Amino acid sequence: MEEETHTDAKIRAENGTGSSPRGPGCSLRHFACEQNLLSRPDGSASFLQGDTSVLAGVYGPAEVKVSKEIFNKATLEVILRPKIGLPGVAEKSRERLIRNTCEAVVLGTLHPRTSITVVLQVVSDAGSLLACCLNAACMALVDAGVPMRALFCGVACALDSDGTLVLDPTSKQEKLQQCLAAAQAASQHVFRFYRESLQRRYSKS
Amino acid sequence: MKETPLSNCERRFLLRAIEEKKRLDGRQTYDYRNIRISFGTDYGCCIVELGKTRVLGQVSCELVSPKLNRATEGILFFNLELSQMAAPAFEPGRQSDLLVKLNRLMERCLRNSKCIDTESLCVVAGEKVWQIRVDLHLLNHDGNIIDAASIAAIVALCHFRRPDVSVQGDEVTLYTPEERDPVPLSIHHMPICVSFAFFQQGTYLLVDPNEREERVMDGLLVIAMNKHREICTIQSSGGIMLLKDQVLRCSKIAGVKVAEITELILKALENDQKVRKEGGKFGFAESIANQRITAFKMEKAPIDTSDVEEKAEEIIAEAEPPSEVVSTPVLWTPGTAQIGEGVENSWGDLEDSEKEDDEGGGDQAIILDGIKMDTGVEVSDIGSQGGPKHWKNGADAPIILSDSEEEEMIILEPDKNPKKIRTQTTSAKQEKAPSKKPVKRRKKKRAAN
Repeated sequence: MEEETHTDAKIRAENGTGSSPRGPGCSLRHFACEQNLLSRPDGSASFLQGDTSVLAGVYGPAEVKVSKEIFNKATLEVILRPKIGLPGVAEKSRERLIRNTCEAVVLGTLHPRTSITVVLQVVSDAGSLLACCLNAACMALVDAGVPMRALFCGVACALDSDGTLVLDPTSKQEKLQQCLAAAQAASQHVFRFYRESLQRRYSKS
Repeated sequence: MKETPLSNCERRFLLRAIEEKKRLDGRQTYDYRNIRISFGTDYGCCIVELGKTRVLGQVSCELVSPKLNRATEGILFFNLELSQMAAPAFEPGRQSDLLVKLNRLMERCLRNSKCIDTESLCVVAGEKVWQIRVDLHLLNHDGNIIDAASIAAIVALCHFRRPDVSVQGDEVTLYTPEERDPVPLSIHHMPICVSFAFFQQGTYLLVDPNEREERVMDGLLVIAMNKHREICTIQSSGGIMLLKDQVLRCSKIAGVKVAEITELILKALENDQKVRKEGGKFGFAESIANQRITAFKMEKAPIDTSDVEEKAEEIIAEAEPPSEVVSTPVLWTPGTAQIGEGVENSWGDLEDSEKEDDEGGGDQAIILDGIKMDTGVEVSDIGSQGGPKHWKNGADAPIILSDSEEEEMIILEPDKNPKKIRTQTTSAKQEKAPSKKPVKRRKKKRAAN
């Protein structure tokens, strides 16, 4: 994680609506991390960014089912569980992203035919959840002693409607970014395209 | 993962110690482990630690239509999940027995005891009621899941605040937390489960067994009680025969323990309430101890993003995708493209087609199999566009970034005969997870040259 502290930086208020455009003013929320807090997993870490908190547990390298084993490297599995309800598609896509990141970094070839399982539990979500998951996963892998070629981290960045960058957005800011409105406008365009192409295909002329 | 079996000598040791009234962690027979309750920033979120057993509880609410036969009552839904991080043996398919038993016990303890007033959850009779959902996640399994889970459930329910609703004639107004303060649930009493483990056919009894003791126990008796000494649920499992006076004795012990635990819960709730009212800092961040060597905190850090535009160009130009094989695809004919060069067959000159399974190209297969699924998609896209495209770092020759500890790879010059040819469809197939037999070529087409 690289940071540059500006000597006359203005600290943005936690619930401020925005920061000064691209100047000293973007700031990351308060961080906290505790490692080795669970006794059963080989490595565990709890990562907090402001009010967002994720708990990660790592088992590995451990036994792997024959159907899942890879002959020359470790099988990496990432499981993300939301706090409320059953895991859905969003969790699956986040799991995939975290798995790709971990696979790029973990030296799986040192432990062939084993499994490394990273289990993430969302403890509270107040914005920048994916970044927090990535950070928790990294700290947990380090705590477990899994050999890695580098460390990785996640930082969320949101772009405001008037072009200001907001780092580590809170859930309020993530909603205010009007991405939803922009996406809806774009989707109208796509639906019009669908309609026109089908019209052309099924028209009698 | 399979559960590590308990060795016989460990089992014997534990049983012998119990016979001598000794426990591994130094507790007395009726002692509970340390209970620690911490709350999160949102209402209804708490983490309960019973020794090392850790449970996360979250309560949420939603407006739904009521059940047909209970039109004026709200709905309570409990879900206890044994997270895979709690124990290596907790895999999705494998924990069904324990899971069903625990969930059933939770339901009987909390729903059948009517500790929550469901009538107060009704908004419009027959149309809209509150559905209260309690999600419990076991984070670390060190024995006595049911006690920790029941404490987490009742603490979360007591801590939870639901949005305020007002009904005026036909109009129902739901207030957001900003408009009106959310309202607590109406809870009649707090049932808490107490577990008793029995050993040697009921001769010895331990309260709050930890994981090792649970493995060697003969049977378990769970009594759910509230502080008014009313038994809400009682369950005996393991098939041991218990005498009447044993059960009565256990219920007396449970009464004492429940009173202590209830007091602890009320104190924790009160502390949290006080901190929130005074505007102090609350949430999980505060519960991380400062002095522990494994914990670290850092305050808000300002980041200078003024030169982001200039830096962005640099970053993209210099970025290298991690551990990928990057090579320009070569189009032979429309529909046939080649990515990567073959490596010299180190086994010698085997020109016949039986070398479907030869080892020499095995290394290369591994490397190309190492292309991650995302890049696999990119590669096939490029093939379909029908032309070679330069990758980000403009490489012309195949670059193999592999952390493999195998021997050195010899990379041929581009004008030599390529031994192995990858077709467009082959690259698409590489999107699948690497199979157990990567040496086998999926398709072999020799370029006609």
